[in-house]
Amino acid sequence: MHELSIVMSIIKIAEDEAIKNNACGIEEIELDIGELSGVEMTAFDFAWEQAIKSTLLEGSKRSINRIAGEGRCTDCHTVFVMRQLYEPCPACGQYLIKTEKGKELRVKSLVLT
Amino acid sequence: MCATCGCDANGSESIKHFGEEHHHDHGHHHGHDHHHDHEHGHSHSHGKTIVEVEKDVLHENNLLAQRNRGYFDAKNILALNLVSSPGSGKTSLLEKTLSDLKDQFPFYVIEGDQQTSRDADRIHATGTKVAQINTGKGCHLDAHMILHAIQGMKPQENAILFIENVGNLVCPAMFDLGERERVVIISTTEGDDKPIKYPDMFHTSTLCIINKIDLLPYVPFSMDKVKEYAKQVNPKLEFIEVSCTSGEGLNKWYQWLKQKVQVPETV
Repeated sequence: MHELSIVMSIIKIAEDEAIKNNACGIEEIELDIGELSGVEMTAFDFAWEQAIKSTLLEGSKRSINRIAGEGRCTDCHTVFVMRQLYEPCPACGQYLIKTEKGKELRVKSLVLT
Repeated sequence: MCATCGCDANGSESIKHFGEEHHHDHGHHHGHDHHHDHEHGHSHSHGKTIVEVEKDVLHENNLLAQRNRGYFDAKNILALNLVSSPGSGKTSLLEKTLSDLKDQFPFYVIEGDQQTSRDADRIHATGTKVAQINTGKGCHLDAHMILHAIQGMKPQENAILFIENVGNLVCPAMFDLGERERVVIISTTEGDDKPIKYPDMFHTSTLCIINKIDLLPYVPFSMDKVKEYAKQVNPKLEFIEVSCTSGEGLNKWYQWLKQKVQVPETV
């Protein structure tokens, strides 16, 4: 359940930005969560509902960009879709893969009022 | 209120220091201050503002981890983050190591558990200075907890600091504590397919200790398979096979530690 810590960090980032910008509220929050980021979305949603109560994010619209995993083989440079971490290269079968996309976990933008 | 990071001192975690003249508890809240009230009466625009934040969610933890790392580097402290499932023998490995090597290096230990100071009591009994962090409901240690633990501990230069993380193969993988290396421990009573079931932990570690090898004749655990699976996840992973009960293999672990302790440069 590290998802709760992640949600708490998101709340802190969003509230800090809101205060910095002299905002009254947060209308929308946009998140990038890669499919290989290690975040379990069911647990994330559960933690989100509970944690945003009485914060500036309560009642705000949340949108999440799920970013698909993409790996590049360090040997033959094949680029492929990674459904899970540490898959072998589909072309040459070796395991030294550089994860290019899918590990994102960030607050992308906010709409402040 | 904590002067370093501004956290208030009334949280669900607590840090207890052992091996000092006086014991004190330092409860703290780790960085989740919420500003529930909104100050009115100041001027602000009532339009909408779109802010491109582009900020990593773990940004704050990573910054604090780098601060810890800088502190450890400056004092030439070898900080190791020990991670595993519950019951793989992290505390037993530490007890053995501390008893065998305590005359060779100054050691410090930070223990992470949800509840109780049972592990810290075991470490304290070896004569080592130890801090127990109780995470409450938390499933991992974070860089902020370590910052507070070392503030109370004041480790001396050229020491080895063991950070025994909460027994959990999932969550601690995401949280950098500022350690120099991460050591994952697996025991022969667990499944040999754990490295591919919990890949993150094996991917982010540099050394894998395989414990309880004295039980190999009694358990369906294949040494070849566990290494094969772990190499799929992390081709650079090193392995040391040990038994804390029989003492077999511990010398290799001690050699590894000695080789990691950098000799400070003389001026």
